[in-house]
Amino acid sequence: MRYQNRKKREVTQLALDKVENAIELRGITKTFGSVVANDHIDLDVRRGEILALLGENGSGKTTLMNMISGIYHPDEGSIHVNGREVVINSPMDAKKLGIGMIHQHFKLVDVFSAMDNVVIGAEGKRIKPRELKEKILELTKKFGLEVDPEKKIYNMSVSEKQTVEILKVLYRNADILILDEPTAVLTPQETQKLFAILRRMKEQGSAIIIITHKLNEVMEISDRVTILRKGKSIDTVNTAETNEKQLTELMVGRPVTLEIDRPKCENVHTRLKVVDLSVKKADGTMALKDLSFEIKAGEILGVAGIAGSGQKELCEAIAGLVPVETGAVLHNKENIIGKTPKQINNLGISLGFVPEDRLGMGLVASMGMVDNMLLKSYDKAKGIFVDRKPAKKLAEELVERLEIMTPNVETPVRLLSGGNVQKVLLGREIESEPSVLITAYPVRGLDINSSYTIYDLLNEQKKKGVAVMFIGEDLDVLLEISDRIMVLCHGEVTGIVDAAVTTKEELGLMMTGSKREGVKADG
Amino acid sequence: MNFFTNFFVAAVLAGTPLLFGILGEIINEKSGHLNLGVEGMMSIGACAGFMMGYKTDNLLLALIAAFAAGMLGALIYAVLTVTFMADQNVTGLTLTIFGIGLSNFFGDFVREKSGATSLKLPSGILDSLGKVEIPLLSDIPVLGKLFFNYNIFVYLGIVAAILCGIYLHRTKAGLNIRAVGENPAAADAAGLPVTRLKYINLMLGGGICGIGGAYCSMIICNGVWISNCVNGLGWIAVALVIFATWNPNKAIFAALVFGAFSVLKYYVPKSVIRIPDSIFDMVPFFMTILVLIITSIRSSKENSQPQSCGVNYFREER
Repeated sequence: MRYQNRKKREVTQLALDKVENAIELRGITKTFGSVVANDHIDLDVRRGEILALLGENGSGKTTLMNMISGIYHPDEGSIHVNGREVVINSPMDAKKLGIGMIHQHFKLVDVFSAMDNVVIGAEGKRIKPRELKEKILELTKKFGLEVDPEKKIYNMSVSEKQTVEILKVLYRNADILILDEPTAVLTPQETQKLFAILRRMKEQGSAIIIITHKLNEVMEISDRVTILRKGKSIDTVNTAETNEKQLTELMVGRPVTLEIDRPKCENVHTRLKVVDLSVKKADGTMALKDLSFEIKAGEILGVAGIAGSGQKELCEAIAGLVPVETGAVLHNKENIIGKTPKQINNLGISLGFVPEDRLGMGLVASMGMVDNMLLKSYDKAKGIFVDRKPAKKLAEELVERLEIMTPNVETPVRLLSGGNVQKVLLGREIESEPSVLITAYPVRGLDINSSYTIYDLLNEQKKKGVAVMFIGEDLDVLLEISDRIMVLCHGEVTGIVDAAVTTKEELGLMMTGSKREGVKADG
Repeated sequence: MNFFTNFFVAAVLAGTPLLFGILGEIINEKSGHLNLGVEGMMSIGACAGFMMGYKTDNLLLALIAAFAAGMLGALIYAVLTVTFMADQNVTGLTLTIFGIGLSNFFGDFVREKSGATSLKLPSGILDSLGKVEIPLLSDIPVLGKLFFNYNIFVYLGIVAAILCGIYLHRTKAGLNIRAVGENPAAADAAGLPVTRLKYINLMLGGGICGIGGAYCSMIICNGVWISNCVNGLGWIAVALVIFATWNPNKAIFAALVFGAFSVLKYYVPKSVIRIPDSIFDMVPFFMTILVLIITSIRSSKENSQPQSCGVNYFREER
């Protein structure tokens, strides 16, 4: 029945003059406490089109989409689906209206197989595993997906998990699909595969909304773009009639340059030498296998790789936080492996570490800036009492120099925005005058302005002769800021390349291990 | 041989209340709630079952009362943790204290009111609590005595364990509740009524615990009301869920093993080992600690605690 409806719709789609809106939002407002996340937003999505929803972090994209998918309920405004006004109170309601959302953090049950995940919450009687498998394989064939229905989610790569999410939506015959930053964790090749699937769904008459802040992808996949800024919808433009520069200006609200500096440095020399480093994960599998590379003073070494390729373990091994199986990390011929962070520090080696989990590992979320500064210098003071004055002075200096927006230096850092939290953390690490600075995803979740402040800070350190390691996920950024890029795949180095001459596609191939460069094959 | 059969039978009898407790807690944990109130729910069930049996002299009504009382105990827990999102550990501990206190109070109250020095179940119900012989099967030599010579609770427990296993692993409803326990956000996004499913399964688990409690007051105490009759079995059951790796079928084995430990003292001839009884009393608790240590070392994705167990779910959390 539904399928026939869809067929009919496809026919009507062919008559281009009659375009039906799949979703219309009128005056949607949502507040969280005193924060207005969405302020009277209007939005239309047509059948058979891909709409990109563009905006910086915190501009209200995800909040808006969560209201269509039933996670939140709007305070004001109306939602129309297929021309009818509807009230969506829960994800169940959204499902009945044929709306499927693929969240940025996948909503999958790890210990279930792909098929079990697909079938949870599906209507109708329980069907036999064999029939279910056939049904799923049929769907995968129709849309060109690649997934093993019996594979457990915890054994899957990020891209496979995303495929399962898409499969879930398709299995329910949803014809309105929302994707929240789907490409953030994919390699360029996987992104292309996803786009092919989306195009096929579009041809079948689905309405697709894709949330993103990557401009090149907007240009590539979308038919129209709606831009949000600070909770308001700014404009909707046809993709064919715009360009990246115009979109950025709409998104940020003023003209910005999109180039990241890459200053040339003199006197580049090896600072840290990592030799045959192997680290085991808690579950006994290898996180890092025989890693060998150098971090040089006066350069930024970018580290690319699919999430979970060993980046976290690499940082923590160098910082002295996890035990290693084999290998050494040499700092001027001194092996720092097996030493605690404090012992490393006592050797006169100053390591700055900006971890991925800023509020978990980097800072104490419920403490203010001053106390967080003290964490780095607590053992310098003599006696049993704490002298907070120098820390307070440092905190105030940082607020001024890095333009940190905070009510005062005693405000718990968890109340600050992501960009400001990162400035506090990076500021503190830089103040300790590190000789090696390790940063993991330093601009994740930051808006364009804050991101550029961070890039500038890192370049400044590089010019000072600090050896900087930059673990990133956005390949465009990595290519622009790094001097060399090391690619990790399943805990192995699959390439160390010159950032100035390599391409995104090459990096993508190395990230999946299908190409190696600058390293010996198989050790 | 005879010695072994007697030991086995005693172990089964001692393990049965544990089995109910384990099953109830498995269902609770599978729905994402680490319910430390098993002892409390069993106590409430023990009291309600006993009193209903005492008043009506009807085993079926007593069982229903025990089940319903366990459900009510779980309902308190569900309202607090699911709806008001109270901390699960604190709520569970409170439920235990509350349940024990309530059943002791109520038991004393009824005894005082009756004017007798002790409360004893009427003879009719005591008869129906005796061994149930299954025609033909019970007559098989040895096997008949080993497997088909028990009171009604034992059969009920085995059937309940098998049904729980089918429910959790073979039905759509079971798939749904496991999804809720593993990842409520995923279940919610898939359109499952997370709150309703949690309520239903918490109460189902509570009811099963209640039956286990009735076993304590009616069988273990020989039909005489004794305060604190559950006596820590609920706590052991919580720990044994880990030993049973959240699998209802393995719960039967776990209950049997621990039943055996708890009756060990009567079956070790004094002529062989002479140690105080209190050492034997300690064995089940000591083994529980060992089991917790051993099972926590082993790491398997499937046979482990549901991922979101112990964490309340709030859809709009950011």
